[in-house]
Amino acid sequence: MYKIVRKKVLNPTVTQMEIDAPLVAKKAKPGQFIILRVDEAGERIPLTVAGCNPDEGTVKIIFQVVGATTELLNHKEAGEYIQDFAGPLGVATHTDGIKNVCIVGGGVGCAIAMPVAQEFHRLGAKVTSIIGFRNKDLLILEDEFKACSDKLIVMTDDGSYARQGNVTVPLKEMLEAGEKFDMIITIGPLVMMKYVTLTAKPFDVPVTVSMNPIMIDGTGMCGGCRITLVQDGKRVTKFACVDGPDFNGYEIDFDEAMSRGRMYSDFERHAHQAACNLFKKA
Amino acid sequence: MAINPKKHEMPTQEPQVRAHNFNEVALGYTAQIAVEEAKRCLNCKNKPCVSGCPVNVNIPDFITKIKEGDFEGAYSVINKTSSLPAVCGRVCPQETQCESKCTLGIKFEPVGIGRLERFAADWHNEHTKDKAQIPPSNGHRVAVVGSGPSGLTCAGDLAKKGYKVTVYEALHTAGGVLVYGIPEFRLPKAIVAKEVETLKELGVDIEPNVIIGKTLTIDELFEMGYEAVFVGSGAGLPNFMNIPGEAYKGVYSANEFLTRSNLMKAYLDDPQTPIMKGGKVAVVGGGNVAMDAARTALRLGAEKVYIVYRRSMDELPARREEVEHAQEEGIDFRILCNPVEILGYNNESDPRDPKNGFVKGIRCIKMELGEPDASGRRRPVAVAGSEFDLDVDVVIMSIGTSPNPLIKSTTKGLEVNRWGGIIVNEDGLTSREGVYAGGDAVTGAATVISAMGAGKTAAKAIDEYLSKR
Repeated sequence: MYKIVRKKVLNPTVTQMEIDAPLVAKKAKPGQFIILRVDEAGERIPLTVAGCNPDEGTVKIIFQVVGATTELLNHKEAGEYIQDFAGPLGVATHTDGIKNVCIVGGGVGCAIAMPVAQEFHRLGAKVTSIIGFRNKDLLILEDEFKACSDKLIVMTDDGSYARQGNVTVPLKEMLEAGEKFDMIITIGPLVMMKYVTLTAKPFDVPVTVSMNPIMIDGTGMCGGCRITLVQDGKRVTKFACVDGPDFNGYEIDFDEAMSRGRMYSDFERHAHQAACNLFKKA
Repeated sequence: MAINPKKHEMPTQEPQVRAHNFNEVALGYTAQIAVEEAKRCLNCKNKPCVSGCPVNVNIPDFITKIKEGDFEGAYSVINKTSSLPAVCGRVCPQETQCESKCTLGIKFEPVGIGRLERFAADWHNEHTKDKAQIPPSNGHRVAVVGSGPSGLTCAGDLAKKGYKVTVYEALHTAGGVLVYGIPEFRLPKAIVAKEVETLKELGVDIEPNVIIGKTLTIDELFEMGYEAVFVGSGAGLPNFMNIPGEAYKGVYSANEFLTRSNLMKAYLDDPQTPIMKGGKVAVVGGGNVAMDAARTALRLGAEKVYIVYRRSMDELPARREEVEHAQEEGIDFRILCNPVEILGYNNESDPRDPKNGFVKGIRCIKMELGEPDASGRRRPVAVAGSEFDLDVDVVIMSIGTSPNPLIKSTTKGLEVNRWGGIIVNEDGLTSREGVYAGGDAVTGAATVISAMGAGKTAAKAIDEYLSKR
């Protein structure tokens, strides 16, 4: 059992928790993820590490309430326990040789982008962050990004806060103005990462995307998280849990990944509804 | 008295009934049948059966005890060399091991050794409530990576010798393939849990949710004070065929399908983990795992389940009994067939059609057997122009696995072969001092009992290694 040490509501659907997991806290690097189960009958879900405190032995996770499991998790309070918490899994984000980086985060993906931005800042790289949200109410982590970015641009889809538009708009402007990023790292909805990649392509800037497919074991056993890369015209199967979650954006078959991500959408909708009803009754 | 030429039949659930439930198929011998079957043993002097057992259970001795009605005595004999008797009695391929060497088998059917082993183990589990005693400590600490059959066997053997053993398991439950892979109807999870409980009584610590190679490395285990490490991390990433359409929704690896159903309990009525149930299902492959996947799909409510296998019935690698059970339950064997493409639903006039991207069929080509290949089996060759389609909603790929990369990529000096299997000598010793390995992590996908044999060999070698220090 793993204790929830602290809990903080970041916006109406996004929550931050710090979990007591000393072994994971000692090892986790930006870009890696953990697998958790809320209770004995629960499903295993992957969540990317949003930071950790090795001295205290805690690991920070930030999640959006999207389904039954995240709904259950969101009803746990500080001082309570969750059943399982395993990690760190996946390969950490590569930072070698990158002196000028652009971090593009969307929605709750910003929670994963933040420790990556902090790591580059700590290593002395120039960090430009572009973070986008649907509206002002969903904005998270603005102060944290401000603290680790040389330049921060906030975007909202509806213009209710900061600048209106997609994250690709300021990215394109900077690239057109001659900004020479060594790497663009993008984390968020698949469709956003696809368009960030397409935006960067004419400028020949490398793009790293952080994939978050459906997973079961997360340790390289089941193959459910497979994605297709196109390398030199050949289609290659890779496993996000052990080969990723970071991949070269230009090689990803995004449309396939989006389709696979919707495999259980009916089930998930019903399960979430059932979980909500459970809490309404209680 | 004349010897009964046939083994006593195993009582089983009726095929029409069991095809719709997850209860165990084989019900086990009664005491009376067990004693009668035990009487068929000739108790021959040279004991060829023992040499056919990877863990060398003293088979004639335990059968004699059953004959005498001393069932607990029979269990004690088995337990001396096997840590998981209730598991082996159920899932070992006895027909190619102990029973294949049985003297009686030269003229008649061999003695039902596996069925008798299962009987003795079940009798013990039902009737004996005594807890195992923790043996006196010898002061040495050993870490075991993975709680599957090889790890549990190695841990059990070392604990009995007084070693303090910690087993690290990556998943949330101990048992490895015994809990995520082999279905309830073939190996009830309560039996695995009981065997794990027995090991805990012997003083073995089991630490779930620790991924060696990630949470801790092998080098860190030595820094923590362990003097030897056994790696039984099991098979890894599933293989796919690399044919078009394998990314359609509804294509599973057998590992994923079985993990969802077994470990994550998707077979229960109100699961938290989803699985595609019902419809028509094609399972590609002919091993035990393929049989497990096909029979699981059937029990989840499939209206039709095919096994698609490129060789003939004679070459099916699955245990005979599993194939027979599958046939009785109505699984449709499409042998000498090989998939060339998985077909998906794609409504071009409506890109928002919810069925888009889901499997709708599998295209196969007929095969014929040609000249023998390196394995000695006749090589299947495609018959040109013989393609045909099967309408299916789910395709389950059960064509093997390749070893998990997590340990080799984080352990300096650990040598692996070109398939990624850990290289060991005859004692299970790897290229690193004090690091031993066995099971699927070494051999690639094989059987539970061969993994147990490897765990046993390594335990013996670790004992010799640490006794000299």
